[in-house]
Amino acid sequence: MKFHHDVVIVGAGLAGLRAAVEAAEHGSVALISKVYPTRSHSGAAQGGIAAALGNEEPDSWEWHMYDTVKGGDFLTDQDAAEVLARDALRAVYELEHMGVPFNRNGEGTIAQRAFGGHASEFGKKPVKRACHAADRTGRVILDTLYGQALSKGIKIYPEFHLLDLITDGNRCAGVSAYELATGDIHLFESKVVLLATGGFGKVFKVSSNCFANTGDGVYLAYQGGIPLEDMEFVQFHPTGIYGLGVLLSEAARGEGGMLRNGRGDPFMERYAPTLKDLAPRDMVSRAIAREIREGRGVGGKDFVHLDLTHLGPERIREKLSDISSFVRIYLGLDTTKDLVPVAPTCHYMMGGIPTDLNGQVLNPESRPFHGLYAAGECACVSVHGANRLGCNSLLDLVVFGRRAGKKILEDLPHLEGSSLQENTLEKSVSKVQAIKSRKKGEKAWAVREKIQELMTEACSVFRSGDGLAEALDAIGELKETYENIAIDNPGLRFNTDLLEALELGSLLHLAEAILVSAKAREESRGAHFREDFPERDDEKWLKHTLVQKTEKGPRLFYKPVRITRFEPKPRVY
Amino acid sequence: MQEMSFKILRFDPDRDEAPWYQTYRVMAEPGERILDCLNRIKWEQDGTLSYRMSCGHGVCGSDGMKINGRCALACQKLVGDDTGREVVLEPLPSFRVLKDLIVDLEPFFAKVNKVRPYLVSGQDPPEKERRQAPEQSRKVNEVIRCILCACCTAACPVTAENERYLGPAALVWAFRTIFDSRDEDTLERLKGVDSRDGAWGCVNHFECTRVCPKEIPVTKSINMIKREIEKRLREEE
Repeated sequence: MKFHHDVVIVGAGLAGLRAAVEAAEHGSVALISKVYPTRSHSGAAQGGIAAALGNEEPDSWEWHMYDTVKGGDFLTDQDAAEVLARDALRAVYELEHMGVPFNRNGEGTIAQRAFGGHASEFGKKPVKRACHAADRTGRVILDTLYGQALSKGIKIYPEFHLLDLITDGNRCAGVSAYELATGDIHLFESKVVLLATGGFGKVFKVSSNCFANTGDGVYLAYQGGIPLEDMEFVQFHPTGIYGLGVLLSEAARGEGGMLRNGRGDPFMERYAPTLKDLAPRDMVSRAIAREIREGRGVGGKDFVHLDLTHLGPERIREKLSDISSFVRIYLGLDTTKDLVPVAPTCHYMMGGIPTDLNGQVLNPESRPFHGLYAAGECACVSVHGANRLGCNSLLDLVVFGRRAGKKILEDLPHLEGSSLQENTLEKSVSKVQAIKSRKKGEKAWAVREKIQELMTEACSVFRSGDGLAEALDAIGELKETYENIAIDNPGLRFNTDLLEALELGSLLHLAEAILVSAKAREESRGAHFREDFPERDDEKWLKHTLVQKTEKGPRLFYKPVRITRFEPKPRVY
Repeated sequence: MQEMSFKILRFDPDRDEAPWYQTYRVMAEPGERILDCLNRIKWEQDGTLSYRMSCGHGVCGSDGMKINGRCALACQKLVGDDTGREVVLEPLPSFRVLKDLIVDLEPFFAKVNKVRPYLVSGQDPPEKERRQAPEQSRKVNEVIRCILCACCTAACPVTAENERYLGPAALVWAFRTIFDSRDEDTLERLKGVDSRDGAWGCVNHFECTRVCPKEIPVTKSINMIKREIEKRLREEE
């Protein structure tokens, strides 16, 4: 079928929903999502959303901006960090007005707690900045924005998978999508497309990400000639449940929990004397990996302990109940009495589709690509630089989701609708047919497991030039294998076998983009740590990576970091 | 590692006249999720098998299904949780089956939408946040754990007999706004669920409470709505 809307938004997590709610004021909005909106991965965010409300103790947006820039190891574009920190107050009040059930303090204002890398007076001591609803903050914001979308009558297309971006001349004119329930391929014609497809943590073996996080929107932008920014910066969250990777929020440490090595020592004070367990995630993950490497993992194994036993049952029940239930269900342990085995888990992509401050996607010349917008984890504004602070991602989603929605409303009157030809869908149809018609070949899951293993081996917390080069060779071979994958399921209804094969194409190319970018960056900054180049090198590398897909393979080029207020300096906590 | 047998109800309306069971065998560790086993079956043995899943840890609510006769999340049940080596997997009851373990959730979400799951407030909001005492905000602490997995509604004997009944999940969402001190439409909301197809449809079977993977006291919440209806719509008249 052919659908017409002014605006097509792909992805119904926080960024997509927030943009949709804004754009629905004056336009006809379609929200396309691979899962039902309430099942988007924003709902898995636990700890909170940062804003310098100062409800618990003095705070200021300038301190928040500084923390964001320093947390990003000075790769953060400072104009973006300023927008984020300044707009945070309005954004959180707005969420409260929409009905988010935040926890309250004795005054009846929104309760706030400490979180990694957030400090007062430009780094002096931890500050309570994380607004939260127990440890399910993302989930309740998702539910609230979903309600807002319903109240505005936004048309939702659930369980539709993005197949291709449709361009008309030099502008984006819609998308094609695969309807999971029926197997039909539909054309969505629009004046504007906003990508809000989230992250792609599924390129790694151990990940806090959901199965749907395969980066479809990011890959299609890349395939369409948009260079991807800062792809080498992959966040590993320090505390994933050992083996499973299920997230145990930093709120656990914000509430007073601490990490202990195999000897029972709280080791973070050796790595970050001021903020200790509340240092930024890249530093804590590296510290854990070092403890393990140097033989101080628990029982000589590859994990450490998260200790919440001193917090008391009441605080745990009130503030950390979800993570305690995960620990009970998956490990059979009780957080009020037992130490919890944890290890770093792939969590968040700092890089993605480059945009300006209003969500406009930037072409290789750094100019807006007409009709195409992006927001949320799939985008790179770049507000998180080389390492994102906890609680800044929910904030990013609602702040930049709204800005993209506003910009779209501003642009709509000047954009014309396209009249796309009947044959527009041919490419998408043949993409699906090629996979379905192949009788014999390697299975998608087997190729995906190989990608995940080699990425985990070569491109996790510690990286080296040799390891990255080997992984790149292996990815090259897997790209050839991918051309010949086959599936079991020829059916039309809920063919998730086909879906996974399509998603694999995204994972494969994005893994390559990460590796190429990581191999080239011969320094260590934020989440990108090169054992062969362990120091930060501002002279050569204070710049954003851009990787563009070409016929000859990925091409790298760079662009400067926007520095407005804070000159780069050594990053100690 | 032990060999497990999974007996799964299969149905493709395009090909099958009636649902049928297919049995698969997989090796599994006691600490593995039922979802891990399902994934291995699909990846390694039979790509035609369909089920929903996403987050894998009980937050998104996609993989609700009947596991050994009881509605639950496949990602939240471990191999070691179930005695016996045969696990029977069936789609959520009370809903139309679209394919294998996937049911039609449109009527489910339509009922949630019917309770208007968003705050209604006539006044312009203040510049900052609205004040709310901690004890006021705590009233919804349990119901906001709902992830819309539909296990409760599928397990509800009343839902099975009366398709017009809102069902436990939608009532949990109604609770959320009725007991939110910031909402200004309480009376209309109470009127909206003051019927046999609303809160009064519940006759305390407690199945919803038993199966809720987020341990929400669902039946108790519905009874609190009934009490509020009595208090606000009857006694005050």
